[in-house]
Amino acid sequence: MTMDTTMTLRGAALAPDPSGALVWPAERTLVVADLHLEKGSAFAARGRMLPPYDTRATLGRLAELVERLAPERVICLGDSFHDRRAASRMEAGDVARLRDLTGRVTDWLWVTGNHDPEPPEGFGGRILDELALGPLTFRHEAVPGAVGELSGHLHPVAAVVVPGRRVRERCFAFDGVKLILPAFGAFAGGLNVLDPAVSGLLAARFEVHLLARGKVHRFPRSRLSPDRA
Amino acid sequence: MPDLPSPLLPANVQGWFRSRGWAPHPHQHAMVEAAAAGDSALLIAPTGGGKTLAGFLPSLIDLAERPREGLHTLYISPLKALAVDIQRNLEEPVAEMRLPIRTETRTGDTPESKRRRQRANPPHILMTTPESLALMIAYADAATIFRHLRCVIVDELHALAGTKRGDLLALGLARLAKLAPQARRVGLSATVAEPAQLLAWLSKTGQADGGDVRLVSGRAGASAEVEILTTRERLPWSGRMAMHALKEVYQRIRAHRTTLVFVNTRAQAELVFQELWRRNDDSLPIALHHGSLAAEQRRKVEAAMAAGKLRAVVATSSLDLGIDWAAVDLVVQIGAPKGASRLVQRIGRANHRLDEPSRALLVPANRFEVLECRAALDAVAAMSLDGERPRPGGLDVLAQHMLGMACAEPFRPDDLYDEVVRAAPYAGLPRDEFDDVLDFVATGGYALGNYERFHRLKLREDGRMAVAGPAVARQYRMNVGTITQEAMLRVRLSRGPVLGEVEEHFIQGLTPGDTFVFAGQLLKFLGIREMEAQVAKGGTGEPKVPAYAGGRLPLTTALADRVRAMLADPAQWPGLPEDVQEWLRLQRWRSVLPARDGLLVESFPKAGKRFLVVYAFEGRNAHQTLGMLLTRRMERMGCGPLGFVATDYVLAVWSLRTPKDMDGLFDQDMLGDDLEAWMDESSMLRRTFRNVALITGVIDRRHPGQEKSGRQVTFSSDLIYDVLRKHDPGHVLLRATRADAAGGLTDVRRLSDFLVRVKGRITHKDLDRISPLAVPVILEIGRERVDGSATDELLEQAAADLVAEAMPELASDGDSQGRLTL
Repeated sequence: MTMDTTMTLRGAALAPDPSGALVWPAERTLVVADLHLEKGSAFAARGRMLPPYDTRATLGRLAELVERLAPERVICLGDSFHDRRAASRMEAGDVARLRDLTGRVTDWLWVTGNHDPEPPEGFGGRILDELALGPLTFRHEAVPGAVGELSGHLHPVAAVVVPGRRVRERCFAFDGVKLILPAFGAFAGGLNVLDPAVSGLLAARFEVHLLARGKVHRFPRSRLSPDRA
Repeated sequence: MPDLPSPLLPANVQGWFRSRGWAPHPHQHAMVEAAAAGDSALLIAPTGGGKTLAGFLPSLIDLAERPREGLHTLYISPLKALAVDIQRNLEEPVAEMRLPIRTETRTGDTPESKRRRQRANPPHILMTTPESLALMIAYADAATIFRHLRCVIVDELHALAGTKRGDLLALGLARLAKLAPQARRVGLSATVAEPAQLLAWLSKTGQADGGDVRLVSGRAGASAEVEILTTRERLPWSGRMAMHALKEVYQRIRAHRTTLVFVNTRAQAELVFQELWRRNDDSLPIALHHGSLAAEQRRKVEAAMAAGKLRAVVATSSLDLGIDWAAVDLVVQIGAPKGASRLVQRIGRANHRLDEPSRALLVPANRFEVLECRAALDAVAAMSLDGERPRPGGLDVLAQHMLGMACAEPFRPDDLYDEVVRAAPYAGLPRDEFDDVLDFVATGGYALGNYERFHRLKLREDGRMAVAGPAVARQYRMNVGTITQEAMLRVRLSRGPVLGEVEEHFIQGLTPGDTFVFAGQLLKFLGIREMEAQVAKGGTGEPKVPAYAGGRLPLTTALADRVRAMLADPAQWPGLPEDVQEWLRLQRWRSVLPARDGLLVESFPKAGKRFLVVYAFEGRNAHQTLGMLLTRRMERMGCGPLGFVATDYVLAVWSLRTPKDMDGLFDQDMLGDDLEAWMDESSMLRRTFRNVALITGVIDRRHPGQEKSGRQVTFSSDLIYDVLRKHDPGHVLLRATRADAAGGLTDVRRLSDFLVRVKGRITHKDLDRISPLAVPVILEIGRERVDGSATDELLEQAAADLVAEAMPELASDGDSQGRLTL
């Protein structure tokens, strides 16, 4: 069974990828949100012993996408770097990996986020606070009431109950005028879309495109299950 | 009893015994003598032999003769409640002997103010738990608090040794030996198969032949009168609830003063309790006790029991240890006991006067359990208990301990290594393994060049390791301990009290309006609010019984061996119920009986599929693993495996084709790549990893009231697991995880022994239809989906059809009960 998971936003056909990235084929554009590079090392510095490979894992997944889809434009929707000192903690190999990646794409765009209001320079690409492209607007945090907007920031996840078990995974949240992307970074947590912080931004009848088992699954809001607390 | 005069007992102690009309038991004398010689002592005695007093007696005597300030004796119990209870019980002789002794408890429930006071001004005798001890020795003032310590008493040692909590405690004792080299150790234990293992555990050398521990045996009690219920009802083919027998159990309760009804799982406890009340026309006070009831409710039940107000309590292993109730005159075990040691322990809960025999009734829930009950009974009579091979101490526990020791004071790695290998679980720990764990604690152990600047420990110029900062010590204190369990949700009656807790995954499987049985009531699930499952009473429809994780212990190796021996030897059958004998005779006629040392594999067609039934008798966990591995291999052999089901006794696999080469199918090499590949992708290993991550402090425990709503900053241990597997597969966390999995849920160790044992001894019977012995497991196939949902009756209808197929010669027409007559 193949489900059509394409989302149409102000006439633009957008395809969610199982990796958590969004593809806009007409513009040969790839969109990712919330990479949170060097989140592991930020926590480790405070005594939380997280393995440091998150940056490598995130960049590896991103490189696979760029290889497979050969986009002309990549838009990172903010919080690409976990904090101001992320670049200085990044391992030399990862620095080279990221530079190589941005060099392979004609137009690489860093949209600023609350974690990286001033993304580090020197990795290539352009830095913007937000971006308007055709009918669409790209920004880190959704603005209530905005239409044709793509944003990240909230790290949406959704849970559905299927007979015998509950599946809780990252998702795209879409209400026809607004699209919120899941976090692409390896160590990003998640916020249930039924939480008012997410659902309050969306129309009453929204849907999610859930990323599970290497596929994208589309569910209406009515099928979703809240988290405890 | 002869009044043994003893120069070792001071007058007030002797007077106290006399005033009670008692005389000290010989083992109590022996304990006093060991203390006088400065030796440690391991006391092995059945419950109720004055074991606890024997442990404390030397300390009471010492303090009576040489009153002084300071912490003299530390008592460590696996249960908080037991520590509190023992403290209460000890106050009495202390007061009556007019001894100048202050006794106090310190557990997770002790308020911070009292803990601070205890550190400044410790009592003479302190009752505590392994976790509280770990916290105490991780403070900088530990050396001061423990400097006068003379004795450490470890109660219920058999229940701690061989577990992660035991590992933590062994490491704590190794530290105490350094802080207070003069302190003796006293271990109190129920009867065990291998006392040598406990001697090693207790020794300050970590070796059984250390020579510093005396073995003292308590007087054996009168032998127990144990009976297997010979039900008038027909014996069920499968199922675990024993509903058929509860009418008879209720009659026994009526005929006794106080009955303890033991079951194996909490779901069973709920159902049995409900069913007993349904039959309770006399309104006998019957209560329920299991680990997920609210602590307050459990305490109420225990108090009512102590006051003699109850006629029966339905309980899980929550009552296996501890508090003595002299009034209990019958113990009922519902379902097979799964191990001889456990049975002895439970029987011992009845009649704590040694001169009267304990009375116990075993109630098998199905036919295989009849065999198992009989085998357990024989084992108890032969005094042969389940021995388990000692497992090496957990690396995750060691990591936690290292961090704690750094919190106390900076240490030299060489010194800590010398200290750690004196704890028996770590006696064989290679130095490089120790260094790997230390590297993990210090830096995370992640092989990345410039990562050292982020760490929990730092190396000082004097060669000592110190905590990197106060935040690290705080985090350690929040996360100490090795008890990890699935997240629990409180169950609250809407606008009413909290009834207890259930595992999160169970609640997540419910939708509002669903009903389930909990705390002995039928409840309707309303929804989840603020970390609590809101419920209302009543509701209608088929209840979903809480299907708790865990709780089901696998059949022990020793008991499984006895069951196999019994099956193979018809001379042992006459003691079995007629239903069961018939069943075995038919099996012998239609197929063959499993041999004691070989392996019987049957294959037969059914419903268009090919079934393979493997009579391995290695316990549910090992069978589950075997099932995963066999299906992988059958896939490669082109047999088209479709599914499998495991019980404690057998494994059944169904497929499109039957494999031809049985020797190849069961070859040991399945424990190589197949096992690796499966373990890496199985969700069970992820759960194990989560526990390891919690114990090592990679992820934080969630404390009540700490949960954040909104953006969750907790890291999923799954993500860490994936990242590590990909980038650092030899990481110490993954090694600890595999070691855990090999012993616990996968039981790989047992499976490996099994494959060696049956090599070249496989009997394959290709049958044209299901065999009698295969009926129970084939019935389980239907059960798995509806597990625990009280549908034993429904399944019995299916049983009738299967029985007719297996034994058409014998199943009488129209007998829907499936009863067999010859």
